[in-house]
Amino acid sequence: MRMKTSDEDLALAAAGGDRDAFAALLARRYDDLFRLAFRLTGNRADAEDITQDVCAALSAKLAHYRGDARFTTWAYRVVVNAVHDRRRRVATRAKSAEGWGDWEVNRRAAIAEAQDQTAWLTTAMSALPVDMRDTLALLLEDELTHAQAGDVLGISEGTVSWRMSEVKKHLRALAKKEQSS
Amino acid sequence: MTDELEELRAAMRKASPDPDPTSRAKNLAMAQRNFDAHQGSTSDARLTSDRRPLVGRIISGVTDMFQSISTRGALTASTAIVAIGLFVVLPEGRDILTPRSPATLGQEAVTPKPIVAPTDLEGRRERSDENFAVQSEELLDADENESFVRTGNLAEAKGDRVKLFSRTQSAEVDAAAGMEAPMMEVAPMRELAIFGEPNTEVFANEPASSLKITAQEPVSTFSIDVDTAAYAVVRSSLMAGFLPPVDAVRIEEMINYFPYEYAAPTVGEAPFSQTATVMTTPWNADTKLVHIALQGQLPALENRPALNLVFLIDTSGSMQDPNKLPLLKQSFKLMLGQLHKDDQVAIVTYAGSAGQVLDATPASDRTTILAALENLHSGGSTAGQAGLQQAYAVADAMAKDGEVTRVILATDGDFNVGISNPDALKDFIADKRDTGTYLSVLGFGRGNLDDATMQALAQNGNGAAAYIDTLNEAQKVLVDQLSGALFPIAGDVKVQVEFNPAIVAEYRLIGYETRGLAREDFNNDKVDAGDIGAGHSVTAIYEVTPVGSPAVLNNPLRYGAETPATDETGELGFLRLRYKNPGEDRSHLIQTLIIDAVGAAGAEARFAIAMSGFGQLLRGSDYLGSWSWGDAIELANSALGEDAFGYRREAISLMRLAQSLAK
Repeated sequence: MRMKTSDEDLALAAAGGDRDAFAALLARRYDDLFRLAFRLTGNRADAEDITQDVCAALSAKLAHYRGDARFTTWAYRVVVNAVHDRRRRVATRAKSAEGWGDWEVNRRAAIAEAQDQTAWLTTAMSALPVDMRDTLALLLEDELTHAQAGDVLGISEGTVSWRMSEVKKHLRALAKKEQSS
Repeated sequence: MTDELEELRAAMRKASPDPDPTSRAKNLAMAQRNFDAHQGSTSDARLTSDRRPLVGRIISGVTDMFQSISTRGALTASTAIVAIGLFVVLPEGRDILTPRSPATLGQEAVTPKPIVAPTDLEGRRERSDENFAVQSEELLDADENESFVRTGNLAEAKGDRVKLFSRTQSAEVDAAAGMEAPMMEVAPMRELAIFGEPNTEVFANEPASSLKITAQEPVSTFSIDVDTAAYAVVRSSLMAGFLPPVDAVRIEEMINYFPYEYAAPTVGEAPFSQTATVMTTPWNADTKLVHIALQGQLPALENRPALNLVFLIDTSGSMQDPNKLPLLKQSFKLMLGQLHKDDQVAIVTYAGSAGQVLDATPASDRTTILAALENLHSGGSTAGQAGLQQAYAVADAMAKDGEVTRVILATDGDFNVGISNPDALKDFIADKRDTGTYLSVLGFGRGNLDDATMQALAQNGNGAAAYIDTLNEAQKVLVDQLSGALFPIAGDVKVQVEFNPAIVAEYRLIGYETRGLAREDFNNDKVDAGDIGAGHSVTAIYEVTPVGSPAVLNNPLRYGAETPATDETGELGFLRLRYKNPGEDRSHLIQTLIIDAVGAAGAEARFAIAMSGFGQLLRGSDYLGSWSWGDAIELANSALGEDAFGYRREAISLMRLAQSLAK
């Protein structure tokens, strides 16, 4: 029965103190949260850490959930905030803190394994400015509308759409460059 | 979705790992424990929840602040602020300083009203041109995400931050207890500064120079530094409402940002004059300061050689913010007015690919140049090296004998793609420097300012790195002091001071950490150092502790101690300078005695000392004792001099702002 209950109803029940609802909801969405964390950071270890942070904080945050946003939208905002928080904490240490690794290392890796799709992914992601990258990470799986992604990032729908068009431009330019080289 | 996006999505799916099952189980169990604990302790946690949002909001407030800085009309705002020379008009500055009404007992925890400047700050920035009520509602909505954890679990994990907030917390507890004491929201600002730093900025700095024992290390050697970027970055941080990151503070640049009226050199002698004066230390009665001042000559501007300027402009996507490309265009327009009719300008852009958008054009052809500037649009990622190579190729084609050729690189520091090897890039620039084409770097915008790369490139290119945050700064760098920035009068200027161990027990150089040279580098003409431009003044300050002073920090050695030589000369030290005339390979040596006689500090020296104190306060120096922001402000106020451009007054405003933020 729980399987059919919507995320939102589960979340409201959990906010009201229903521990089974909380367990079911988190188990259902855990992997999505982890994958988003990975898309945002490009690093498995970071994604694990962030998911852990989010899990630690979720029960308390959930008390504020009012059911007026989709649960995933709401939860993704928690993940995005955790990622931003983490980036800031490591900000002064190194440029690699922004995730997707150090561009220099990536570039060399990309050259060495030009055929490797992962390397291509890394090159493509690391070439994007960080806010574009975050927008892309949210929208890549088509789970959210531009408006919802805007809610998650705290920006307007128009800005999301603009960023996505910029992302596409970036990718096209990259593809062109690859063809020509 | 486009094909490229599909491809990226496929690649991402393939690359995405599955969550580790062990961690997954552990995390789910932990979340459940937290959930249970949370249910049992709602009432106890209430007070905590009043505080925790504070952190979340500050964090998100700052993020949004940076976003709004870059997306809203911050350019016009900040320009206006500087133009009237007052910092307090900045709305968030007022917010921070204004006492707020306390939270009343029983008020709903999520009410944003009594909480903290930053969220409010974000809201206020928006509110300045949008509807207040709507914004407030959004803040309420956003709250569910900002409010971190009620239970102690995360508070434990992030205990360090909770501690930092203890002052505010107690204020809130008082408020919750129904006391009507006004709540000052100044305490969190320190924290805000730490978290406020956007994540991709990189600053070049070293730990502060340590105290040296004269008997062991009597000689101190460094290269001069006429960059001004650090001061502008500090200003931009303070104006945005947070203390600058410690590494952003290069004290010598904060001192040398200002023009000083040191005695000009005699015509026909060395291209700059040098003075070394001993004076009392404002922050320590038992030490002295040695103030070393170099003043470059200002050749007659009418007869200056023709300039060939290649603007190398970063038009990558990140440059679209109003305080980047648009400010850059305005800045270059200002500069055009300063050029002579025989000067030539070319423009090369670099984004996804590098391209020349303006062939060498006489500066008198303003219409063509302005049109080319107007047509610049941001987009694409950055290929710094390809752009540099092209700019140098253009510059080589423009260069003629007797002319000054310079590439002016304008960027937000995003060398994202294209530098296959940063060291190779530096070598490339250094090679070009030796062929006579210099490089200056202008930094724009905050967020991913790569100060470290800017510094490295400018130092290798014999140019200055300046950071342009407002049109006012553009006016200073590109109009008022353009000749200094573009016309070197002495190259590879090195300073070496030898202290007399009979008089000086210990010494330390204030600032210049990134400019230190080895003792033997002084006489080695192959070793590069900083240049002095036309009319530049350069100041260096040592704090020295006399032998026998109670301020000596190092105990004499019990074993193997040498008896200090007695001294009859009255010489505190010996100052040696080396410089090369532009285009020459061999250096000239200038030597001056530093006499151990405390003289009265003139206004120029006093202001330089005040700025060095300001820089040390920002860096949290250990050597200042109880000397405070107030003392720095007082000292600077006493040394305003003529201050025709208002730079010093602005610095005092910044000191006052820092004083408030540091509380």
